[in-house]
Amino acid sequence: MHRILAMIERDLRRFRRSPTLVLISVVMPLVQLIVLGYAFGGKVKHLNLGVLDQDGGMPAVKVREMCQAVAANAQTFTPFVYHDQGLAMQDLRNGRISGLLEIPPQFSRKHHDADNPQIALVEDNIDQFAASALEGGLNQLLVAYNAKTPAPRLTGNVTLSVVEVYPYVPYIQFLLPGTTVLAIFVSAMIGGGIIFIDDKARGLHEGYLVTPIRKLELILGFTLAGALKAIVSGVVIVTVGAIIAGIPDPLNVMRFCRAMILVVATALALISMMFLLMVRVNDPLVPRAIFGVLNTVLFFPSGAVYPTQAFPPWMRVITTIDPFTYAVHGFKQLLLKNTGLGAIGWDLCFLFVFSAIAMTAATLLFRRTL
Amino acid sequence: MFAVEVEKLTKRFGEFTAVDQVSFDVAEGEIFGLLGPNGAGKSTLIRMLTTLVPPSQGAARVNGFDIVRQANEVRQSIGVIPQAMTSDLELSAYENLTIFGKLYGIPREQRKKTIAELFKAVDLEQWADKPVKQFSGGMRRRLEIARGLVHSPKIFFLDEPTTGLDPVSRVAVWEMLARLKQERSLTIIVTTHYMDEADKLCDRIAIVDHGKLVALDSPHNLKASVPGQGVLEVSFSRTPDGWLKTLEALPDVAEVKQEDRVYRLASNNAPRTTVELIEATRRANIEVASLSVQSTTLDDVFVHYTGHQIRDSLQTPAGYDTSFMYDKK
Repeated sequence: MHRILAMIERDLRRFRRSPTLVLISVVMPLVQLIVLGYAFGGKVKHLNLGVLDQDGGMPAVKVREMCQAVAANAQTFTPFVYHDQGLAMQDLRNGRISGLLEIPPQFSRKHHDADNPQIALVEDNIDQFAASALEGGLNQLLVAYNAKTPAPRLTGNVTLSVVEVYPYVPYIQFLLPGTTVLAIFVSAMIGGGIIFIDDKARGLHEGYLVTPIRKLELILGFTLAGALKAIVSGVVIVTVGAIIAGIPDPLNVMRFCRAMILVVATALALISMMFLLMVRVNDPLVPRAIFGVLNTVLFFPSGAVYPTQAFPPWMRVITTIDPFTYAVHGFKQLLLKNTGLGAIGWDLCFLFVFSAIAMTAATLLFRRTL
Repeated sequence: MFAVEVEKLTKRFGEFTAVDQVSFDVAEGEIFGLLGPNGAGKSTLIRMLTTLVPPSQGAARVNGFDIVRQANEVRQSIGVIPQAMTSDLELSAYENLTIFGKLYGIPREQRKKTIAELFKAVDLEQWADKPVKQFSGGMRRRLEIARGLVHSPKIFFLDEPTTGLDPVSRVAVWEMLARLKQERSLTIIVTTHYMDEADKLCDRIAIVDHGKLVALDSPHNLKASVPGQGVLEVSFSRTPDGWLKTLEALPDVAEVKQEDRVYRLASNNAPRTTVELIEATRRANIEVASLSVQSTTLDDVFVHYTGHQIRDSLQTPAGYDTSFMYDKK
């Protein structure tokens, strides 16, 4: 036991003296949370919409006025009036406008005759998000345009009433569980991957291998030391991240304690996995080379940014064996739904069993000799 | 009882035999040198003895323990200073020794006492709390020597301890090792490719070349085993046919070896041979391009036993030979 503690002490002393490492493993995920959270979280607004009125009748004027109303209120788009179709199309292709609303000749007459009147949206579909926002905004506009006034109080139409169980969850909050796991992963990658292999290449391991320390003690020492560093990252991101993301009652003690259990389980699983991947690697370039790929392969199939139900079958296999999946699910339950440990029992179970298997395999594969 | 007993120890990496049937014994309290160029197999040999590399064949006992079956007992009883500097740069000197003291399971009070003594012994007392990254190469090496002794081992292995050090630091390390040997009754096994280091430091020297042990004795006896008491190294502007035989026929010449344009004449009376050599060149109308006369050195011993000079072998960058970590399975 004293040898394991010595290995942990050594690692933590080194970690403490390396502010860059502390910064990378704690601050970078927070930066990512903020940037990604706000980059994807907001509604699309202020899209430039060209309006080409080739009719000029009252119904066409009403459409143009409603566009102005959207610009003043929902601000989804800002209309710019065009009189030249060629110029409008050129601006669309050059990206000056995101879409062109064409009100064709005879629109007013067809409207008056109830002869299937149509207006056209020519959209720049390279940017799917902008195109969808324009479509959505204009569809809503037309719903309002077509609404009979006054609306009948009673109607036979079937409507859907949505009841949200939880308060509105902005994207930055939705992203917090994934970012928390990512922060722990970055620490595991640095501690269990980069530093481990660098130490090996510098010959530091040779110094330990000539002492009477046993294989299991070495692996446990490395793993627990790495896990402790990853836990530090996890604790910081869970608390600071919760405050930044605006989680209600971010310093709730009970939730914090439950989250700590999940942080420990996640840290152990990810650091064990890193040691298993790196146990036979000697080249310091390997962990650096696979960092990005590993990050992508583990993070995105986990459901951290997109529902796993949308994945193709082969990707769902990764989702099933990916420890990220269970960690992200667990943190979603705890941070966004404030559930008890019962809701994450299976996640904890998977993470601890995964750790045990990975650590056992790493110990078996670890060479006690050079 | 011998401190180290090595019997037909062999290590193969695939087709390549790094150490080939090497046998020797090291007596307790001895400073035993493994001398040879880089790539000769010294480091592989020492890594086998320190349990870092499993042997392919043969056996060895260190402090009475078998290096394969009782590896942990071997590790507990030896101190090892690897070729690469392996102290933690981010930690202080004191922390480095403390961590290793804990790895060896030394009780707290004893650990503190031993570490204080060791800092004094390696003259690093005033630097104990400084981070190792501020240390010079010589200071780091002294710290590593202290680290290797933190658990008071009986046998101390040092793999090229002075490689990469400046001449002053090298001498300081030699003196320190000699003193530590006396104070702590240590058996020291040291590898080196420095002839002067082996000559001054070692009680006995094993010359290793291409994985084989080619000679083993005290520096004095090794030098005495080389024909002649002095060596003339000479080169000529030209050499006529039969010139080698002319040189061998000179008075007191015991042996002549030729390497490229340089002739090495081992002589029992170097001054007289020199005079006769000059006379011979005058008679043959040959100019002497260069001439040096010296007493027999370990370099001559090495040439005598291996047929080439130690500098002929390829050298790796000093002090950080970690190629073994990348090359083999």
